[in-house]
Amino acid sequence: MGISLLTLAYLIGSVTFILGLKMLSHPDSARKGNLIAAAGMIIAILGTIFLYENEGKKLGNYIWIFGGLLIGTIIGTLSAKKVKMTAMPEMVSLFNGMGGACAALISMVEFNHLQHQQFMVSGAPVGGGTLLAIVLGLIIGTISFAGSMVAWGKLNGRIKDFSFPGQHLINIGLLLLILCMAGYLVWQGGEVSSFYFYLIFILSAVYGIFFVLPIGGADMPVVISLLNSFTGVAAATGGFLYDNPVMLTGGILVGAAGTLLTILMCKAMNRSLQNVLIGSFGGNKAAASGGAMASGGTYKEITLSDAAMVMSYANKVIIVPGYGLAVAQAQHTCHELEKLLENKGVQVQYAIHPVAGRMPGHMNVLLAEADVSYDKLHEMETANEEFKTTDVVLVLGANDVVNPAAKSDPSSPIYGMPILEVEDAKAVIVNKRSMKPGYAGIENQLFYQPKTSMLFGDAKKALQDLIAEIKNI
Amino acid sequence: MTEILGWLQAHQQMVYIVILSIFLGVEVIGRVPSVLHTPLMSGANAIHGVVIIGAIIVMGQADSGNYLALILGFLAVVLGTLNVVGGFVVTDRMLEMFKKKK
Repeated sequence: MGISLLTLAYLIGSVTFILGLKMLSHPDSARKGNLIAAAGMIIAILGTIFLYENEGKKLGNYIWIFGGLLIGTIIGTLSAKKVKMTAMPEMVSLFNGMGGACAALISMVEFNHLQHQQFMVSGAPVGGGTLLAIVLGLIIGTISFAGSMVAWGKLNGRIKDFSFPGQHLINIGLLLLILCMAGYLVWQGGEVSSFYFYLIFILSAVYGIFFVLPIGGADMPVVISLLNSFTGVAAATGGFLYDNPVMLTGGILVGAAGTLLTILMCKAMNRSLQNVLIGSFGGNKAAASGGAMASGGTYKEITLSDAAMVMSYANKVIIVPGYGLAVAQAQHTCHELEKLLENKGVQVQYAIHPVAGRMPGHMNVLLAEADVSYDKLHEMETANEEFKTTDVVLVLGANDVVNPAAKSDPSSPIYGMPILEVEDAKAVIVNKRSMKPGYAGIENQLFYQPKTSMLFGDAKKALQDLIAEIKNI
Repeated sequence: MTEILGWLQAHQQMVYIVILSIFLGVEVIGRVPSVLHTPLMSGANAIHGVVIIGAIIVMGQADSGNYLALILGFLAVVLGTLNVVGGFVVTDRMLEMFKKKK
């Protein structure tokens, strides 16, 4: 009875995951979809705790299990509730790493268990498949954990981009070495010492770090999405290990959906996944900025009062938010400016580049938080039409997504990426903290064009000053 | 090799589930608007927290004398729960903000 109930619980779990993902991809049903998947998860977890049986034996150690669940729930809820919306990409990366680590730990305990069984009790060879699932879970889980930690550190600025010549070759060599050792371990039926197992663990961690380290911060969304699908596959290896259908469907669903999402993100930047992973910005940074620097020329600054004047007498203003808006937490101030201008009869809209910020949809989430109305947000294609009839474009901390080099300079690393064509507008005001290049590490010709003027400073501070100036007019 | 083939045969249902799930995963999110990319990634992140079930099984089967297994298993349960709970709560927070606008 118990076991058949568990089967039902797992069936419900699997179905809710599918439904949840499906509903998450439609705006109207997204929130409900998330809750449905969460409910399915609770059913699957409770079912496992109380109904799971292996060879007639139920699970024990309830105190440990509930203790762990309790601690995890408290920390998880608190950190998820407390995190600022701007730090959300880091948070996703962090939670993803936890999942990867969880999969790796399961593999370790199971390997340990297997060894005890094998050498102390029976002496019979271990099934190759079981060992394969354990080792794969270890490798993928560890890579995902180490990689996510680096991505997390990069997004909150604790870890800088780092690469050395030949790093990609070393990475490939490392991966081959890990795979060979894993193959050897499985081939030998686990009779080799646990030395290899732990060496695989260490090398996987090193690989995970080296894999993410050279990739530029602008590409972090792609990397997080990819690591997300890795963790899905790691969870699925657990499904093989325990013949557990809900782990299998959940893991593989995320693995497949995550991979597709990764590809969609790459497409939004008009690059291939290989290009993101191998041809990282770090490699050709020096050459690119050197070339553009020479043709840089002069830029002009605009005073606050001029900027305020230009904007309040415009007919139409389009705001282009970027990562600078997110770090400065300026979304509310931005909405304030929008209302103020609207009261003066200025038409205000937003143009959202698909990869503006650190994650696709990042800007939409931020502006939604600040109560900016949905119909003011334009996606790239419509925005590019709108620019032609726009008087002033205000670029707030965005850089690479408005860089005309993506259209005109075939030697640029971002060549071919669709951009917001802000230079079609009559005037462009760019708010940035300094003339430093953006995440792609390349100069932006837009800043040197005659119709562009620079307004330096932190986005929030600049917007507040701008609001004060406009009120004074 | 024969072991792996034998295992494949013994687990053919699982292999079918994997293959069908791959297609399903791709189909299900195929037409997601870019606005929802971040919440979707976060939601998927929470769903792969299903790995917690493996952690619970490991924990529940550990011998009470095997401290290594107990400690690692306990850690796995904590981390897995973080993934699940944190993932769903963050996703809900993101989507809550979208809801207000409708």
